[in-house]
Amino acid sequence: MNRRDFLRASLGSAAAALTSSGASARPNLTPAPEAIGMLFDSTLCVGCKACVSACKAVNGLPPTLLGDDVQYDSARDLSHETYNVIKVYTNGKPVAKDSETDGFAFEKRSCMHCVDPGCVSVCPVTALVRHPLTGIVTYDKDACIGCRTCMTGCPYNVPQFDYDNPWGMLHKCQMCNQKGVERIDKGGMTGCAEACPTGATLFGSRTALLEEAKRRMQLRPGEIYNYPRGDVRQPSSHHEKAVPHYQHHVWGEKEAGGTNVMHISSIPFDKLGMPPLGERSHVSISEGVQHTLYSYMALPAVVLGGLTWLVKRNTDDEGDDV
Amino acid sequence: MSHYQPLGRRVVTLPFVFLGVIALIGLYFLAERFINGMGAVTNLNGGFPWGIWVVYDIVVGTALACGGYALAVTVYVFNKGKYHPLIRPALLASLLGYGLGGVGAIIDMGRWWQFYNLFLPWQMNFNSVMLEVGLCVSAYIVVLMIEFLPTVLEKFKAEALLKKLNKVLFVVIALGVLLPTMHQSSLGTMLIAMGWKVHPLWQTLHLQPLLAVLTAFTMGFSIVVFEGSLSSVGFRRKPETHLLSGLGRIIVGLIATYLVIRFGEILVRGKLGLVFAGDLASLMFLIETALFVYPLVVLMSPRGRGNARSLLFAAVSMLLAGTLYRFNAFLITLDPGPGYSYFPALPEIMVTVGLVAIEIMVFLFVVKTFPVMPREDHAAAPNA
Repeated sequence: MNRRDFLRASLGSAAAALTSSGASARPNLTPAPEAIGMLFDSTLCVGCKACVSACKAVNGLPPTLLGDDVQYDSARDLSHETYNVIKVYTNGKPVAKDSETDGFAFEKRSCMHCVDPGCVSVCPVTALVRHPLTGIVTYDKDACIGCRTCMTGCPYNVPQFDYDNPWGMLHKCQMCNQKGVERIDKGGMTGCAEACPTGATLFGSRTALLEEAKRRMQLRPGEIYNYPRGDVRQPSSHHEKAVPHYQHHVWGEKEAGGTNVMHISSIPFDKLGMPPLGERSHVSISEGVQHTLYSYMALPAVVLGGLTWLVKRNTDDEGDDV
Repeated sequence: MSHYQPLGRRVVTLPFVFLGVIALIGLYFLAERFINGMGAVTNLNGGFPWGIWVVYDIVVGTALACGGYALAVTVYVFNKGKYHPLIRPALLASLLGYGLGGVGAIIDMGRWWQFYNLFLPWQMNFNSVMLEVGLCVSAYIVVLMIEFLPTVLEKFKAEALLKKLNKVLFVVIALGVLLPTMHQSSLGTMLIAMGWKVHPLWQTLHLQPLLAVLTAFTMGFSIVVFEGSLSSVGFRRKPETHLLSGLGRIIVGLIATYLVIRFGEILVRGKLGLVFAGDLASLMFLIETALFVYPLVVLMSPRGRGNARSLLFAAVSMLLAGTLYRFNAFLITLDPGPGYSYFPALPEIMVTVGLVAIEIMVFLFVVKTFPVMPREDHAAAPNA
């Protein structure tokens, strides 16, 4: 093989590898075998924010205050001191709850604990980990270098960095199961689900929660349903309420591979600020590209071998130095 | 005798002092960043975790530093020995540019004191594109240091050592071609995981690595043309137009390839409407494309390539094109959703400007005191 052939062949295979299509791309990850999650039913949320303050109590976070108002935690969005927040949707004259026009609705923002988490895939130092059994995504500050790639890789802008602290770290909901808290490992439930007075935030296994969500969608609007509170598998109590007009869409069943924290609502999710996601997770594509190029470092090794041979040849030709 | 010589001019000149003042301002704000946290000097937020420190210092800065890479491929892989006189200044600029990238990575790292976790095998996440970039850039900085070592050894007349180094240098040079190919493409792959936040005109999925490495390569050649033209003007040296125009031909081929792939993707995926949507993204796309097309048109004609001035303008246009391509994808048209916006704070800009000032100061110092620039007689000969 002469140099020209080698170059042609290697350039061709490099280009093919760089544009690596489908062949070795991996499918989305599937839910962890004993996936734990939450179901947020927007139509049950009354916006009391008991979950926000419970979350802060469990995680040792300060209240976020606006001006002199110290009655309520005034957090507007997720931040290094807010892992869970209730936001409001309004349209026109906000008179009717859960109405898309001239109405209002509440929406929860917290880590969705993705089935195929972007943050876990992109973190260079394994500081973010999906638990092999529960699927809970936790964070290890001793591993983290603070590159914030997780923030770019999260479709929901969940991980938040504490920019005002020179020794800051990343902050996100770890489903109350981080080291030192471990409420789930101890058989408990998340702080927000426990505090929720209406069962709008429901705790449980992903399977049971998905069943519950789909059951609600089968109900006729106006029909009385006995809504559970706490853990869907062993509710602490129930309350009766008329069934609203649900959107027939469980957010998190399929989005980007699905999430363990799922939402249902009577307002379309794009109106509630959910991102435009397809079913395929983007990290399944980027990992596919990455592993096509670097599988066992075979391609780089072959290319390096070829390059070394060429450079040796051409420097000998020259009898020259750099 | 070496083909290179130090320029031997005075180091401390008025522009040098001016750069020094800018560097001091940058260092002042850099100190503030380490004392009071990144929030004290940057406008970073929850939706824009990466600002200009990442996008300029690393993503654009290392692409601008691809001159050494591009020339190494030309000289050692395609055996075009006539470009050899250009290689030392290019290597120096690459070393400094990648140095800036390395420094940028550290100052932008929120938990910089734990940076070594990147190098601990049991901490590594091999699914992470960022890991590949981090390791590869670190390795390439070492490679560039070794590639530049002959200049230093020559300066201090360490001939025995130089001879030994030259015997094994071919391995290092090969690595110096492989590593940038790897991490420059990965900088593109990084956009894939950013998913929907990246504007559809820049979210090319599987094509990201190819487009990234193509533009990096083109920017590498352009920076060599730019530096060559500028140093012939700035240091009043004989121009190396005959060498630079050859590079112009390579640039034409690269830009044409890039544009075919870029527009092919847009057509195939049915995104042409977005080009003419009349919003910020479409405007930025059109400016970016114009900056790519201008050098293509100018350098296509032998007259354009043969003229020092038009060569310089074409190179500048190409550098801006590649820079804007990256800025558009990573920052300007990036949309992390409602409630988030980003424009760099003045102190944040000053840190980057200060670091670039230091980079230029070191470049000026080294070319004046080390044998980096080709001898003028050598450069002027048409077929040396």
